[in-house]
Amino acid sequence: MVQNTRAARPVRTLVVLALAIAILFATIIAGTHWSKATLVPKLALDLEGGTQVILVPVLDAGGQVSDATITEAIRIIRQRVDSSGVSEAQITSQGGGQGGTSIVVGIPGKPDQATLDLVRKSALMRFRAVLAVLAPNSASTGATPTASVSSTSTASATASSSATATASPSATATASASPSATATSTATPITQPTDTPTTKPTSASDPAWETPSLLAAVDGLDCANPDNRKGGGADNPDLPLVTCNPEGTVKYVLGPAEIEGKDLSSATSGLQTGPNGVVTNNWVVELQFNGDGGKKFGTITTRLLPLTSPSNQFAMVLDGLVISAPVVQAAILDGRAEISGGNMTRVSAATLANQLSFGALPLTFKVLSEEQVSATLGAEQLQRGLLAGLIGLILVVIYSMLQYRTLGLVTIASLVIAGMITYGLITLLSWTQGYRLSLPGVAGIIVSIGITADSFIVFFERVRDELREGRTLYAAVEQGWERARRTILAADGVNFLAAVVLYFLAVGGVRGFAYTLGLTTLVDLLVVFTFTHPVLRLLTRVPFFAEGHKFSGLDPNLLGSSGVRYRGRGQVSKPALAGVASVAPDDGERLTIAERRAAAARSEAAGERKKPTDAGSASSKGSDS
Amino acid sequence: MAAGFAQWGNDLYSGKRSYNIVGRRSRWFILSGTLVALAVTFLLVRGLNAGIEFRGGSQFLVSNVKSTSQQIATDAVLGVERADVPLVSSVGNNSVRVQTGDLTADQVTAIRSALASGYGVDVAEVTSTFIGPSWGQDVSQKAVRGLIVFMVLVALVMTLYFRDWRMAVSGLVALVHDLILTVGVYAAVGFEVTPAGVIGLLTILGYSIYDTVVVFDKVRENTAGVVDQKRHTYAELANLALNQTLVRSINTSVVALLPVASILFIGAFLLGAGTLRDIALALFVGMIAGTFSSIFLATPLQVALRGREANIAAHTAAVLQRRVAEGLPVKESGVPLPVMVTAAPLHAGEHRGTAAQPKRKKRRSPPSPRR
Repeated sequence: MVQNTRAARPVRTLVVLALAIAILFATIIAGTHWSKATLVPKLALDLEGGTQVILVPVLDAGGQVSDATITEAIRIIRQRVDSSGVSEAQITSQGGGQGGTSIVVGIPGKPDQATLDLVRKSALMRFRAVLAVLAPNSASTGATPTASVSSTSTASATASSSATATASPSATATASASPSATATSTATPITQPTDTPTTKPTSASDPAWETPSLLAAVDGLDCANPDNRKGGGADNPDLPLVTCNPEGTVKYVLGPAEIEGKDLSSATSGLQTGPNGVVTNNWVVELQFNGDGGKKFGTITTRLLPLTSPSNQFAMVLDGLVISAPVVQAAILDGRAEISGGNMTRVSAATLANQLSFGALPLTFKVLSEEQVSATLGAEQLQRGLLAGLIGLILVVIYSMLQYRTLGLVTIASLVIAGMITYGLITLLSWTQGYRLSLPGVAGIIVSIGITADSFIVFFERVRDELREGRTLYAAVEQGWERARRTILAADGVNFLAAVVLYFLAVGGVRGFAYTLGLTTLVDLLVVFTFTHPVLRLLTRVPFFAEGHKFSGLDPNLLGSSGVRYRGRGQVSKPALAGVASVAPDDGERLTIAERRAAAARSEAAGERKKPTDAGSASSKGSDS
Repeated sequence: MAAGFAQWGNDLYSGKRSYNIVGRRSRWFILSGTLVALAVTFLLVRGLNAGIEFRGGSQFLVSNVKSTSQQIATDAVLGVERADVPLVSSVGNNSVRVQTGDLTADQVTAIRSALASGYGVDVAEVTSTFIGPSWGQDVSQKAVRGLIVFMVLVALVMTLYFRDWRMAVSGLVALVHDLILTVGVYAAVGFEVTPAGVIGLLTILGYSIYDTVVVFDKVRENTAGVVDQKRHTYAELANLALNQTLVRSINTSVVALLPVASILFIGAFLLGAGTLRDIALALFVGMIAGTFSSIFLATPLQVALRGREANIAAHTAAVLQRRVAEGLPVKESGVPLPVMVTAAPLHAGEHRGTAAQPKRKKRRSPPSPRR
């Protein structure tokens, strides 16, 4: 058998493994000092609890919540949450009783404000023409300043959010559909007029929209107040709107909605391509409208182009707030627009593109409730479970000691090493990838004890088989490893395949389980290759094992080795049984020269002892010499 | 005990003692078939007790409680309802949310008063509503899709690795057998099926396939070049492989089952960690079924399938004919008795050429191992 030099250096392999483990834990410890890493893995919703947000879809007028829309909404929310790195958020639709379908989002642990905002952010976007741009807390400067400054805002939301949530969505939709509705049902004061214009406006940019109640709304809205910038999203598309930008630096008076978010097919950010195809250094957001939206956008840009500032701007209103209000620089008729300038950076362009694509979803959400929920698997239950698992592990230790004697220690050490690496990797991943350990994940780990231990058992049994065939321990370990390696690789390969398939095709808890299963399978391979096998190689040099001590678990006699071993060149060696001199075989087996001499010497000695009874032969022998 | 076990292992390896599992395969097929039929019957008659996550149920919200201990709620619900363990979590600082399966109006009233008295609040503080399933159809659909893709891929990989589609088929049959048995036990015991239980079931898939591959690998090794010798039939060599891996199978399943059994019996039944019960049960039953099926179902089935192959059938006939010619014991009907393989399987040697020659030592060779 050709020995490769690398495999023949077990100590070096072990040192490398020890270094790798040391680096793993050093990284984590360094992470706790300089970053947000923790020494224990983070736990998932079912083990730690978290925050539960219940969202109710609010329809804009005339729409209908279909299952497909809800599914799409769940997909987008999951995408948002996943992109923030939180793993195993539970996002489900709930056909909850009278309230219509709602979406329940469970986020483990204590999510930060940014994560919660991601979930809560509505996805309704409308494009409106700009009527006026004002300072954040200025009064109306419209064409007809008849409204008194002292008048209070009557258009701000009077309905409480809980009242809205229990009402059926269709009721909300019909209520806001008629222009006579007194208030839109939103939590934040998105202000819209309550009266109809005296002269019928000719277009969405017509100043005739500026009715007394609209001006009152303009007065009532203070964009400097953060409470007025939470966004709501259930504004009536057929009426003008007064709102702010998310930073609260500008107050916009906008005309009725002209394009819906669903008319936008995509929004991407990238570097601007110059007139002659050269990529410039300016970041832009490129918009692609669908056929219908492209036509509408063409009409709007044609109309806005000749107007004076600020009427030549159109605003993109997401969630009731203006995320961008670019100036029209050309009539765009092909449905492909580009937002540029405004010292846009890579980050701000990407953010805007993201917001715009989320906005393409034809639905808004209202937060029905947002509560801290505790773990469904109580702490006391988990402790009892872990205690029971610990008892099980102790039983495993006892069993392997009984089965494999001292060799059982190698199993236990391997399991400990595997446990350390798994723990380290999970902790590392929960820091870098936001991985969280759930009950199914724990189940995966418990099963992995069996699968990991099996690799050692397969290996040990192979070694024992080889010992039974009469090999020396060194040869048995080498030969046994050759064969066991194949089996271990095949079996672990199938298991890893299962994990990968489930990870990519499943969602939620199944995914977390698959992740743990795949991880532990890889750790198993790592430990068998870089710990168990090198250790066993080292043990072949220890006389206690090499000579097959009774308690080594590798005693050839106990293993029933016949001791008959093929030595090559047609010769077979038999063990010299303790004290009993083996005699020349009577089946004509050939002996080596040394064996023949030894046999001759023995028979001579035997002959000496027999002398008194068989003097004749002895004396004749003596006289010969 | 260990010495006896080791001796038994030696005898199994050398063939001194051998269990004719492959030869008596019809017996095991009947046993497996009966168990599967029983499981299906339970499934059809009693049905599965799907958890609240799958079919929705009732939700109670206890407000203004002083202690948010979850045990109080669990005890209160278990005192009224069947054995289903409720999902309890605290909401905010002073509320407890209790989710149970479908309830009748009487049960709702009873649980409300039990919860109220358990937490020491007025009955009016306990509200009840109906909730929908949280484990949606799409999650199930995706899991099932994953399952199917998994099975197809496993079949493919096993066919490629063993170069024999029969092993893949037998492995999958064993897999389905394990799944049906586990689900059947759920139906029989009446435990609630929760997402954790479903994931436990998926874990079984991995374990069952793993165990089968390990056994098949030994069968493959023993039967490699089976047609090149005339001493033993394919079935006999496969049976020897089963016997030789029996010690491994027992050791592995004991080691794997000890933690699971400990969680199931000590944790769930003695200490009362009820929510761990379902996943532990799925693992426990599935692992036993997985070990059983890889020995008593997968390999005999694979041998039966191989036996239909022309060259294996011809080889078996040739071996038996040779035995008759050698005057070995024959049944009255003229069929030779199965011969137990009494040593390691015979393999034709190979000529190793220069590889058998001693290596020339390099100047700085690694320390040669001492013998």
